Amino acid sequence: MLHRFANPARFSRIAATMLPWVAGVTAILFIVGLYFALFASPADYQQGETVRIMYVHVPAAWTAMACYTFIAAMSAISLIWKHPLADIAARSAAPLGAGFTIIVLATGSLWGKPTWGTWWVWDARLTSVLVLLFLYLGHISLTHAFDNPARGAKAAAILALVGFVNIPIIKFSVDWWNTLHQPASLTRLDGPSIDPSMLTPLLLMGVAFTLYFVTMLLVRMRADLAATKARALRLNAAE
Amino acid sequence: MIGMLLLIRRDLMLAFRGGTDAAMAVVFFILAATLFPFGVGPDPEVLPRIGGGVIWVVALLAAMLSLERMFSADYEDGSLEQFVLSPLPLVLVALAKIIAHWLTTGVLLLVAAPVLAVFYNLPAAAFLPLIVSMLLGTPTLSLIGAIGAALTLGARRSGVLISLLVLPLYIPVLIFGALVVDGALAGRDYGNLLMVLGGFLLLALAAAPWATAAALRQSIE
Repeated sequence: MLHRFANPARFSRIAATMLPWVAGVTAILFIVGLYFALFASPADYQQGETVRIMYVHVPAAWTAMACYTFIAAMSAISLIWKHPLADIAARSAAPLGAGFTIIVLATGSLWGKPTWGTWWVWDARLTSVLVLLFLYLGHISLTHAFDNPARGAKAAAILALVGFVNIPIIKFSVDWWNTLHQPASLTRLDGPSIDPSMLTPLLLMGVAFTLYFVTMLLVRMRADLAATKARALRLNAAE
Repeated sequence: MIGMLLLIRRDLMLAFRGGTDAAMAVVFFILAATLFPFGVGPDPEVLPRIGGGVIWVVALLAAMLSLERMFSADYEDGSLEQFVLSPLPLVLVALAKIIAHWLTTGVLLLVAAPVLAVFYNLPAAAFLPLIVSMLLGTPTLSLIGAIGAALTLGARRSGVLISLLVLPLYIPVLIFGALVVDGALAGRDYGNLLMVLGGFLLLALAAAPWATAAALRQSIE
């Protein structure tokens, strides 16, 4: 299974056929999700209309963490099996994850101002997400810091695995410390503590964000493969 | 084991005969800490309150400053390749380098910390917590820093890169280190905070030498 996709040409072909479908479903989900989030769901009885920020903030946070987990998994695969596509997947995913993390921090502070009365607090959840952004930036810089791309990929893979300690810290920071940020509402033993009218748009947006990530990942990986090929051709021509 | 001790001895001799390098971190430590009273004003009310945190932040920066030379000399003159080829496991080589780094920076920072505590008018009750928290915290800084130093060997702009990689991972040590001093100043029990710092040290000790060894191995490929 793992090595069936090791051939870049085969991967590129499969990705090319998948791409329009994934992109189409992403667009439809965004339209439906945003309709539910902005029009077909009630305003919060306490927060009023600002609660709608949640439908961007929370899915972006899920995707940002899932993306780091994905990078860590790809890094492990690359270090253990030297899978050629794993490096490319990791380095294509990192800027996307950084983007999602910036969205989380920006929407979070926009949401924090009306509800908490402040743009930013040095709370465990917020600080650990800020650290996640730094880890993404470190990963991106390290990938591009070497003349030999293979070295950058390997160094970044080790960093991604070391930085993975931060993911459980983000997840459980609201349980371990008394924070201003509210605890998880969905992944609870007694079921989600959120009304179905708000849960529907949230889940729709969650799937839309994830599929958007997949779409962009496929685009970026194909671009990366093409760039590598172009570079090899240029080097051959120069010899 | 003997090999490890010999390696530590070699690094210590290099550090002390080279002289200035090891001293630079401590000079930076003291110099940077003396800037804060100029910046925030020498109010004897304010200084003790920020003192613990400032000393910890500056210690972090000083430890980071010395990371770049941790493996770079060995990398450039080829000793690193000999370490990889030697029968001594690379994990132990990494551990020996980390211990030597701590002995040449962390210990010196520990010695200089009371001087800074005096500068900041910290009450006598805060001295022991400051020293003990740094005793538990600075080895963690060397351990985490070694990963960053090994990953950036041969990279462009490696100095800036190390800070980007290492400082985010230093944050937990800083939080709990500064909390220990604050707790002692407020008269709270800080034993559990010290245990957290000890936990970080054990965690770093269990993981960092392996990650460093992996990074060193890929650096010479």
